Amino acid sequence: MKRVNSILAAVAFGLAATTAASAGDVRIMWYSDGVEGAVVKDLLARFSKDNPDVNVILDEVAYKVVQEQLPIQLEAGQGPDIARVTNLKTIAQHWLDLTPHIKDPAYWQANYGNEFDWMRPDGSKAITGFMTQITLTGGFANKTLFEQAGVPLPGPKATWDEWVEAAAKVQKSQKLPAAFAIDRSGHRISGPAVSYGANYIAADGKPAPVDAGLKAFAERLVKWTAEGKHMKEVWVSAAGSTYRAAAEDFINAQIAYYYSGSWQIANLQTKIGNNFDWVATGSPCGTAGCSGLAGGAALVGIKYTKNPKDVGRVMDYLAREDVYKEFIERTLFLPAHRGLIAKGNLDFKTDSAAVKAALQKYVQASQDILPAAGALPAWKWATPYYGALVNRISQVMAGEMKLDEAWARIDKDIADQVAQAK
Amino acid sequence: MAEVMRKAGAMLTAPFAWAAAAIDRPLRALQNAAGTNGMAAFFLAPNMLIFGLFVLLPLVINIAYSTTAGTALFLPDRTFVGAEQYQRLLTCTDYTDPKSCLEDQFWIALRNTALFVVLQVSLMTVVAMVTALILNREIMGRSFWRAVFFFPVLLSPVVVGLIWRWILQRDGLLNAALLQVGLEPHVWLTDRFWAFAAAVGVSVWAHVGFYALILLAGLQAIPKDLYEAAEMDGTRPGRVFWRITLPLLMPNLLVVIVLALIRAVQIFDEVFVLTGGGPGTSTLFLTQYIYEIGFASLLKNPGLASAASILMGSVLVVLTLIQLAVARRNEAKGRRE
Repeated sequence: MKRVNSILAAVAFGLAATTAASAGDVRIMWYSDGVEGAVVKDLLARFSKDNPDVNVILDEVAYKVVQEQLPIQLEAGQGPDIARVTNLKTIAQHWLDLTPHIKDPAYWQANYGNEFDWMRPDGSKAITGFMTQITLTGGFANKTLFEQAGVPLPGPKATWDEWVEAAAKVQKSQKLPAAFAIDRSGHRISGPAVSYGANYIAADGKPAPVDAGLKAFAERLVKWTAEGKHMKEVWVSAAGSTYRAAAEDFINAQIAYYYSGSWQIANLQTKIGNNFDWVATGSPCGTAGCSGLAGGAALVGIKYTKNPKDVGRVMDYLAREDVYKEFIERTLFLPAHRGLIAKGNLDFKTDSAAVKAALQKYVQASQDILPAAGALPAWKWATPYYGALVNRISQVMAGEMKLDEAWARIDKDIADQVAQAK
Repeated sequence: MAEVMRKAGAMLTAPFAWAAAAIDRPLRALQNAAGTNGMAAFFLAPNMLIFGLFVLLPLVINIAYSTTAGTALFLPDRTFVGAEQYQRLLTCTDYTDPKSCLEDQFWIALRNTALFVVLQVSLMTVVAMVTALILNREIMGRSFWRAVFFFPVLLSPVVVGLIWRWILQRDGLLNAALLQVGLEPHVWLTDRFWAFAAAVGVSVWAHVGFYALILLAGLQAIPKDLYEAAEMDGTRPGRVFWRITLPLLMPNLLVVIVLALIRAVQIFDEVFVLTGGGPGTSTLFLTQYIYEIGFASLLKNPGLASAASILMGSVLVVLTLIQLAVARRNEAKGRRE
């Protein structure tokens, strides 16, 4: 019997050793838009050299895994120790309060504090992570196509109508399948909607019904799609709230204008290379302004980690000014670190004039963010709002419902989700 | 020599004989103690345990989920709401118009799935039958053609979806071919009719080999002398098919129809990769609807997804019961004849 017990104990130990994280293990779930996976790997290699007692494991996964699988793991009280996420607020109850585990909370507060509310439950004072980058939605134009078509690029305060008309002339001249495209995402159309006066947040902080501003932009988008100016596939070739980017269409010169965001800069530079010239344009204007929508990806600690102290050490390292500076310079992202922004000595690692100009353009465009857009990243109900917009506007574009029906459905969908989330 | 072979054989089989004796003895003892019924339970127990753990228990948990609301994943954290999720799914003012339903996309998915099942199963059965009839003939390179028709069955559904997306997308192979012959290209996957037709066609292409194989096995089991007798009587080929082939192939055909039906109701992977459920909701089927609200949406709704999956499961149970009833009736008819 004693022998049987020993065998069982050995088996149990073996199983535990293969499944559970050992002390000192810090597992990071990481997705990449561009080159940031390779950069963070370099940075972590240096950390591991100086901290041999902490075993950092970087799991590079697809964005879809972070969006779909991480929330389920978190609900089960499982998951990595650290994750790079964009769904910051909705599932913030799973983030770890790093305050007792980081060396200098005051440093974090001073440099990353502006965005802490984006990634913590309403009313909380926790420090749950930091933004790996700030992003801003905005447009990119294929300068070569515009030049070949003999169409001048619209000026800095050009409206959406002007941009689309100009891109449509390029489409006609260069025989493109579409003039422009916006990523299939509620987040992406919200900056433009705010530019037309939309406000999603009611006085009580709950979702407001669809207003004239949102209708004004959505009606335009539907009309442009019906006219063949907006690339139909991007929004119509999917159901539900599935995210779909149009980056490949821009990279393959199938559209003259692409509305996405600053995180695409490294991706465009890498994939377009010298094939054509492109420029960042900021956000076209509506009747209320020329607003983009801020956002970004944060690196957050996960509440269920068994090694919170080691998580704190890794987070302290990656949030350190010199390390963060190198990350931003090599990934060509906009920084969130206030000290770094104040110093203004960023030396982006690129020889490309297009990239430098694009980054400069986004820094300028960040001055144009309207208050209604500025409030959205820290708003709890932004995610259901975005999801409902994509779902129903796609149905209108596919000819399944009229816009009036869509407005009523969007309001109902959001109300359902708010009720469900209680 | 024979003696040497016998001894070698005995040496080789000896361990198996010992093992059989070693197993046999305790089993006999057990049978003496438990009786014949007890032994049946003993042999069924492992299977029942696995079935219970991995099929029955999840089913019960799923039913429990369907009576709860909230975004939490674990049952104890969820609010009990009784039949509210079912009510939400089944409430419409006009059942012929999905737009009048509280959960309109569930009804759209239901309608799409029903249409898909009817079209895909009919087409699949006809194509599988024709394929099997051709492959059963003495054609040149018969083995090669049998392999060709079966190859798509070996592909992963995701690969099937991707291959056909590359063919049908705006800058895909089909449009390139159309341009080559001077025809206008068409955006197949953003056209509601063509996207649905593609979903049906691709699904038939991917699975027809499997069903053709079942029918081919049935065709080869039909005694040749029946055909020889018909030929001697000068019976027309069409009459031979209706009077000999089809009646004798009926058990295989029934298996094909039922398996195809069940598979069609569960359609998801290849269509999800091919069309994403679009354009709009034209190819949104029940399984994708459940996946979207239960897993893909940022604010997940496991209660509603569970209720929808229970309703879908009920449809499958009904289909299976119909199949069993038809099979029994056929069997009884066969015995009478």
